[in-house]
Amino acid sequence: MSKVHVVTNVNGEPREMLCEPQQSLLEVLRDELGMTGTKEGCATGDCGACSVMLNGRLVCSCLTLGVEAEGADITTIEGIAEGSQLHPVQRKFLEHAALQCGICTPGFIVATKALLDRNPNPDETTIRYWLAGNLCRCTGYDKIIRAVQDAATELAHEA
Amino acid sequence: MEAYAYARPTTLDEAVSVLAAHAKEGRRTQILAGGTDVLVQMRSVDREPRMLVDVKHIADTNRLEIGSETVFIGSAIPSAILNENQELKALFPGLIEAADLIGSTQIQGRASIGGNLCNSSPAGDTIPAIIAASGVCVIAGSGGTRRVACEDFVTGVGTNVLGADELLVGLEFPTPKGRTADGYLRFIPRTEMDIAVAGAGVALTLDDGGTCTAARVAIGAVAPTALLVPAAAEALIGTTVDDEALAAAGAACTAASSPITDKRGTIEYRQKVVAVLCRRAGANARDRALAR
Repeated sequence: MSKVHVVTNVNGEPREMLCEPQQSLLEVLRDELGMTGTKEGCATGDCGACSVMLNGRLVCSCLTLGVEAEGADITTIEGIAEGSQLHPVQRKFLEHAALQCGICTPGFIVATKALLDRNPNPDETTIRYWLAGNLCRCTGYDKIIRAVQDAATELAHEA
Repeated sequence: MEAYAYARPTTLDEAVSVLAAHAKEGRRTQILAGGTDVLVQMRSVDREPRMLVDVKHIADTNRLEIGSETVFIGSAIPSAILNENQELKALFPGLIEAADLIGSTQIQGRASIGGNLCNSSPAGDTIPAIIAASGVCVIAGSGGTRRVACEDFVTGVGTNVLGADELLVGLEFPTPKGRTADGYLRFIPRTEMDIAVAGAGVALTLDDGGTCTAARVAIGAVAPTALLVPAAAEALIGTTVDDEALAAAGAACTAASSPITDKRGTIEYRQKVVAVLCRRAGANARDRALAR
């Protein structure tokens, strides 16, 4: 039971933690760092509720080990808003009621921001395929798609 | 029972030393690239603690090199990087369409084609595409480096030729020249993110008149391992890859297959569908080659 000392960067802040080698990044974020914004859905990489950014790539934190975070840059849902100012993607999810139970929402928002950061003007098909790894059992997806499209429009006006 | 441990070698020598030292002591190791199969298996079918050897921090396993004679794809490169590489996509449209079929955006941010091969599932989508594109596995171990043709790498369901002291460094392909192109298709009952019921990869070279001078056809999910089907290639060589030749190649794929019946499809269905996929992937490869 030798824990590994890991130094990483979460939402721009250096963090240190002790990880079991087999612990997932999701478990480490929630249980070691107390960052419970990232949700566990399936824990098998199918539902996307645990989505985070790892060195600029969208990944499932349930399919990443905590020890792999050594030296990495991680962005979680807690790093999306700027202070008390919600990110436009977060605001549009609220405005369009693109959530119900909310378990999938942090993953959707992290994934949506990743999409819009690289493709500010995605068409609906692109949005649906990009978000195909995020499952929602409440909304039926249409409200989510509309929120993403509206967020893209607003971000384009801001730019 | 031993506890899990984690190593992050930064050179091939270091990785091989860790693997060899554990093998000598009869201790188990697990090579970790993107982890999209390994982590799931660690929590379900295979919970035995072991030394995890993360091969993502080695220059060789991250090397992506497109040369005039060969193309090298490091084993740890996530498929998202391959899918975004337009030069690679232009050279190997079939291989990239296979890589791009696997998993969600999140999975593609981690999963590598080297890992897909080493996981050695009968239904691994990139395996027939790698075989069709004449991929060669570059393997490092205590005895040095060896090379194994991709069609000889996987030995059974979930097993391959890698020794306990070896790791896959990457895949080397001959750079497609002239009118050479590939195609890959699989069948799943939905549009995204499922496991192949059957798959077929075809790589073709055409001469100036459009006659096929070289071909490789490989099939997946219809036998314990992906298979190279020489009889299907022979049915295409010397033809213009017309409907008749494609039908003969498809029939050869059906004949070479030995599928099982499971929740994804029956034996009869898979035998039929693999021929259809071969014909269509062959037509795609032909049309791409003609456009060059």
